[in-house]
Amino acid sequence: MRADVRYGIDDSPVFVIDQSRCIGCEACVQACMECGTHRGQSLIHLERIDRAATTQTAPMVCMHCEDPTCAQVCPADAIKQTEGGIVQSALKPRCIGCSNCVLACPFGVPKYMAEIDQMMKCDMCTDRTSEGLKPMCASVCPSEALWYGTIDEVRENRTGSLLRDFMFGRQEVRTKVYTVVDDLAAGPIDVMRGQAASWLDDPFELESGGT
Amino acid sequence: MAHPPLTDAELIDRYGPHLNVAPPGGWNAGIEVDRVVDTHCCFCGQQCGIKLKVHDNEVVGFEPWYDFPFNEGKLCPKGVKRYLQGSHPDRVMYPMERDETAPGGFRRVSWDHALDRVVSEIRRIQDAYGPDSFAMLSGVSLTNEKSYLIGKFARLALGTANLDYNGRYCMVSAGAGNKKALGIDRASNPWSDIPLADVVWTAGTNIAETFPITTSYIWKARDRGARLIVQDPRVVPHARTADLFLPVRPGTDSALFGAVLHELIRHDWLDHDFIDAHTNDFDQAAAAVAEMTPAWAADITGVPKARIEQAAEWWGTAATGMLLHARGIEQQSKGVDNVLGAINLGLATGKFGKPGCGVTTITGQGNGQGGREHGHKCDQLPGNRDITNPEHRAHVASVWGCDVDEIPGKGIPALEIIEAIHSGEIKGLLSICFNPLVSSPDANFTREALDRLEFYSVIDFFVSESGHHADIILPGSLHEEDEGTSTSGEGRIIKINAAVEPPGEARRDWEILVDLADRLGSGHYFPYTDTHQIFEELRLASAGGTADYRGATWERIEAEYGLFWPIPEEGHPGTPRLYEGGRFYHPDGRAKFHAVPYRLPGEVVDDDYPVWLTTGRVVSQYLSGTQTRRIAALVAQYPEPLCEMHPQLAEHIGVADGDLVTVTSRRGTITLPAHVVATIRPDTVFIPYHWPGDKAANQLTQRVVDPTSKMPEFKVSAVRVEPAGGRVTTTDGRDFDLQDGTT
Repeated sequence: MRADVRYGIDDSPVFVIDQSRCIGCEACVQACMECGTHRGQSLIHLERIDRAATTQTAPMVCMHCEDPTCAQVCPADAIKQTEGGIVQSALKPRCIGCSNCVLACPFGVPKYMAEIDQMMKCDMCTDRTSEGLKPMCASVCPSEALWYGTIDEVRENRTGSLLRDFMFGRQEVRTKVYTVVDDLAAGPIDVMRGQAASWLDDPFELESGGT
Repeated sequence: MAHPPLTDAELIDRYGPHLNVAPPGGWNAGIEVDRVVDTHCCFCGQQCGIKLKVHDNEVVGFEPWYDFPFNEGKLCPKGVKRYLQGSHPDRVMYPMERDETAPGGFRRVSWDHALDRVVSEIRRIQDAYGPDSFAMLSGVSLTNEKSYLIGKFARLALGTANLDYNGRYCMVSAGAGNKKALGIDRASNPWSDIPLADVVWTAGTNIAETFPITTSYIWKARDRGARLIVQDPRVVPHARTADLFLPVRPGTDSALFGAVLHELIRHDWLDHDFIDAHTNDFDQAAAAVAEMTPAWAADITGVPKARIEQAAEWWGTAATGMLLHARGIEQQSKGVDNVLGAINLGLATGKFGKPGCGVTTITGQGNGQGGREHGHKCDQLPGNRDITNPEHRAHVASVWGCDVDEIPGKGIPALEIIEAIHSGEIKGLLSICFNPLVSSPDANFTREALDRLEFYSVIDFFVSESGHHADIILPGSLHEEDEGTSTSGEGRIIKINAAVEPPGEARRDWEILVDLADRLGSGHYFPYTDTHQIFEELRLASAGGTADYRGATWERIEAEYGLFWPIPEEGHPGTPRLYEGGRFYHPDGRAKFHAVPYRLPGEVVDDDYPVWLTTGRVVSQYLSGTQTRRIAALVAQYPEPLCEMHPQLAEHIGVADGDLVTVTSRRGTITLPAHVVATIRPDTVFIPYHWPGDKAANQLTQRVVDPTSKMPEFKVSAVRVEPAGGRVTTTDGRDFDLQDGTT
């Protein structure tokens, strides 16, 4: 991306998370802290899935649901969406700090900030995206696990299928942010079938006595 | 005497590391920006482009530099937070002299006093013990201009042969191997070649934590369908996605490479045309691996035989491939052997000089590439010339305007300088950009050595742990306080731009050296009034050398987002990819295979020290931590060293995650929390080395070096690991959370 070629409205840039590319470096966490609208406070979650077993990590930005659960459960009607579908932090005059949104969000995104008695969350760097710039986390991410660009750029440069429909029990959730899975066409994953054998099952061949 | 004037705790209390938490004015201050400066990160050899925001002579933030083609705005956490090293409470603002009676152990002195004292001590020591009894140590976080200037300063102003640099602990095994095999020491390819490779093989490089931006290049290769082979004792983050993992035992890499060459030959996965037309000595290399079967190597390396065979097949049958290696295979007493073994695999299969083909080191330090070219190595003159070669000496003498005999001969490498200080042969030391107390092996020995110096002066922006031993501290400049060039790991010469002026009485490093040269009576050799003049002289001095910068101008470097050397005349496009058309840099234009017989590392495990130790870095810290241990958000990410070990080893010695363990080698001991993870070989522990004193991993490492490169063996030690009793808990009694590495 060149600075003189910013994304315009017609480009319809999308935000894509590909957890498989994450290297856990926390550049996103550090960069989120530098955002002009909440300087000093990172709103990204970087999860270590099970460090005892794996180096797998997972960055989590707000998925910006079309019908956001956080807003549905807010008793003070403090959580609003922009016309572009960006779910914003709670409005300061309305937020009562009840944390309903924190508990209800299926992706675990909103944070209750006790110091300011307000819920804050990722707004996909509205200050940057409104000017055609990438959000801060997707700008710096060294591995492009967090990525921002056009659908055409996805097709040209990246593998995997884009997914944005989720089922949480009986609740259907469609998100603005895409997640990457290996192959959407393959249908639902049969968790009982197990996976193909991989060296990851036994990296040092301890079980087969190789080393 | 260079013994610290106060205790470590007292010195740390006064000079830090303290934590810079927020930018000038605090997080909530409205950020006013006067200027935005295009420059580069001060840390690793990737040299990512970054824009620094400036207000009132302070760097107040950053903005991604999307235009810069190498990283297109990407940064690691260190790059994001690099700006917080400025406006730091620990910054040395004026010259200081050791004074036990002064609060803090050092008293403020004038520049005149400080420089006169340094000069008088240099004179006294050299008069009494000879010119080489005063040594200089330098570093490659410095620009090309400073590296060049230091080489000239040490030889002509200080008049000592004994100058060396901290790349001795980083890139020298790669450099020596490259020169022996290929006749030139530079990355074989621009990084844009990585996505073109059908096989990407990483050997001894934790890319996710030490070269994070390179990850995106590897992922692009994988998006194209490339296979990824990872050779490492740990399942490092990028290994998670590997098609093949080679869990090599520390210190056995050359056996693995030997077995792969054995397989390439056995299956005739060779590029005979390339070997015949462009190389020498294949037969010697082949003879050396005749008995190195995969079964033999599996026994030595711990890598399953089938995986060795698979690696050989993928590498040998792929049309294109790149092998990227770093400190894991280089920081060994067999570092050069390992590099030559890797290069043999590239030469045997013709994987050089073509798109998506190469065998290359990933240079570690910021200017690790440029800084190893222009003459602050003990055996080197600018343009990567040889200080013992009469023609090379004559060329440089003609540029310097000195008599060729004024240039001293070959000096001794960094670790030997430390050892010569310990033995009393070297009595005085001037250092810049080098914190040997943290970065040298056998830290207890290094401390004894520094204590024995009759005089020690450092040029630095913070008082590092080594600086505690100084008699005179001269406040130098941060990366963002001076301009110049550096050369990234790709071999790309880039422009560093000054964002701010040095604060207080701090001065630009080159100004300090020029002033010292003047007082030493050599001012006529150093007539510079700005940094650009130094670069113009460097161009002439490098001309005709292998690292030829003759055609590079600052204007073109900026306009073209960097230039790849060699660039022998103005208008030359530069040389992004080396060896095109099979042209190598030995006089006959051919590359050279090397026979690499297997030998043992400097120390092997035994009943008393039954566990392998390997050391390295974490993503949020950089080298000896002088800068990164002072930035709060980076410290919070990984506050203290942990001892990574496999659950099998933990169970064997009876500890759980978070329990304190004592790790003991023949050199020293360290007590730290166990971090029990299934991502490391059960016979190996890993400790990161960024911390000083009783948290220094280098208390355990040994002073065994590679016979050619003089690289110490940081990556292989034999240790004993025992429960120390107790666990790490926070002050409120909660358990230390090793998942996050934080309390």
